[in-house]
Amino acid sequence: MVNLQQVSKSFGKLEVLKGLNATFEEGKITAVVGPNASGKTTLMKSILGLVLADDGQIQIDGETAFHNPLSRSKIGYMPQKAQFPDNLKPIELLNWVQDLRDEKSPRLHALIDYFQLTPHLDKPLRVLSGGTRQKVSAVLTFLFDPPVLILDEPSAGLDPVASSRLKDKILEEKRRGKVIILTSHVMSELEELADEVLFLLEGKIVFKGSLDEIRKRTGEPRLERAIAKFMEGRGL
Amino acid sequence: MILSHNQASLQSTKKRRSTVKSALKVMKYGFFDLLRSRWIIIYTLFYLVVTSGLLYFGGDANQAVLSTLNLVLLVVPLISLVLGLSYFYYTRDFIELILTQPIGRSSVFLGHFAGLALPLVAAFLLGSGLPFLLAGVRQGADWRVIASLMVAGTLVSLIFSALAFWIGLVNEERVKALGLALAVWLGLTMIYDGLLLLFSILMQAYPIERSLIILSLFNPIDLSRILVLLQLDTAALMGYTGAVFQRFFGSYLGILISLGSLILWTALPIYFGLRSFKKKNF
Repeated sequence: MVNLQQVSKSFGKLEVLKGLNATFEEGKITAVVGPNASGKTTLMKSILGLVLADDGQIQIDGETAFHNPLSRSKIGYMPQKAQFPDNLKPIELLNWVQDLRDEKSPRLHALIDYFQLTPHLDKPLRVLSGGTRQKVSAVLTFLFDPPVLILDEPSAGLDPVASSRLKDKILEEKRRGKVIILTSHVMSELEELADEVLFLLEGKIVFKGSLDEIRKRTGEPRLERAIAKFMEGRGL
Repeated sequence: MILSHNQASLQSTKKRRSTVKSALKVMKYGFFDLLRSRWIIIYTLFYLVVTSGLLYFGGDANQAVLSTLNLVLLVVPLISLVLGLSYFYYTRDFIELILTQPIGRSSVFLGHFAGLALPLVAAFLLGSGLPFLLAGVRQGADWRVIASLMVAGTLVSLIFSALAFWIGLVNEERVKALGLALAVWLGLTMIYDGLLLLFSILMQAYPIERSLIILSLFNPIDLSRILVLLQLDTAALMGYTGAVFQRFFGSYLGILISLGSLILWTALPIYFGLRSFKKKNF
C-alpha cells in the first residue's frame, strides 16, 4: 500500500503539490490524470524519492520513502522515455542492475522472451530504436517482482504487439495484487486498464474514483470528453 | 545498554560497508562506459604524444618535466571541467535510473564521481607517466620530480572534475554551466596569476610575502606548480610565489603545506557536490 499524507512540494515560488492525501491499494490500477503541469510526474517522482517532498509523509507498506533507499526496492518504475548509457548492451545493463542490487532475478529470461528482446540483446543501446529501449525499460520494471509499479506513459512508442503484451502484463500484475499507479494520454488505454482515476488540477486532487463516476458526474458517455470537461474545471 | 550500543555500532558499520560496496558498483559502470568512449582514448593519446615529443626533442628530462608541468596546469583543468560537465549531463537520465534502484544517494554520487575521475586520472598517468618511466628515468630525471608531477596532475584532475560535477548539479542549463566552467578555468589559470602579479608590483614597497603565500593557497593551480617546483633546486625557475614559498617554509614544510592544501582543495568540491546531490530533485 502506498500512502500519502499532506504531501507538498514547491520549486522555488511555484507550488506543484499542495497537501495531497491519497491511498493506493493492492490489486488496483490507479490512473493519475490531469492537464500538463498539474503535478503528475512530481507526484510519481515523490513516491520514488527522486523528488524530495518539502512537507508531509509518503509511506510504502508503512515505511517512509523519504531518503530511504530500501523503500525503492519495492517499486518498479517505467519512465516516460527511458535513457540508458549509449555504450552498454541491453544484456549488460540488465546484468549490471542485478549486480547493483545484489539480486539475481529468476524472471529475467522469461521477461526477455515475453518482450521479444532476444535478437537485440547484444547490440549497443544507442543503436536500438526508441520502442526497443522502451521494452528494455519494461523488463527492468518487472524484473524484481516489486509490489508497487509506477508507470509513466508506459506504452508510448511501442508497436501494437509490444503494447498489448505490456498491457496484458500490467493486468496480470494487478491480479497478482500489485499496487499500480500509471499515467497515460491514451484514453482507450485508461478505459482498458484503470480501475480508478485520480484527477490532479494545479497540484490538488480534485477527484478520485471510478471511470463510471466521472462519466456520471460530467454527463458525458465518452471518457475523453468527460475528462476534457473535468480539465476545464467543469463538472466538479 | 552496552549491548544495544554495540548493536548500533555494528549496524552503522554494516551500513557504511554497503554504502562503499554500492558506490564501487556504480563506479564500475562509469569506468567501463567511459573507457569505451573515444574521448578518454584521445585524451590519453594526446598526452602520450606530447610527453614523448617533449622528452624526445627536449633532451633533458627535467626540462621535459617543466614543459609538461605547464601543459598539465593548463590542459588538465580544462579537459577535466569540460569532460566532467559533458559526462554529467550525458549520464543525467541514467543517474535517475540508478536513483530508482535501492541505492543511497551518497553511494550514487561518490561512485559516479569516481567512475569519471579515475579514468581521467588513469588517462593522465598512462599518457604522461609512461613516457617518463620509459625515457625520462634513463635520461637522468629525478624520480621525485616525476612523482610530484604525477601527484599534481592526479589532484588537479580530481579537483576540476569535482568542480565540474558541482557546477553541473547546481545549474540546470548546460550553456550556463559551461560558461561558468570556462570562467573558473580562465580565472584560476590566467586571471588569478595576473592579479597576483599586479598586486606584487603595486605593493613592492611593502613586505607582502605572507599575503602572497596565503593568496596562493586559494588557487589549486598555483599550489600544484609550487608542489612540483619545490622538488627542483632551481629557484630562478620558480616564479614569484614558488620562490617565496621555499624561502618561507623551506622545501620540506613547503611540500607538506602545498600538498595538504591541495588535498583540502580536492575534498571541498566533492563535499559540496555530495551535499547538493543529496538535496536535489530529479
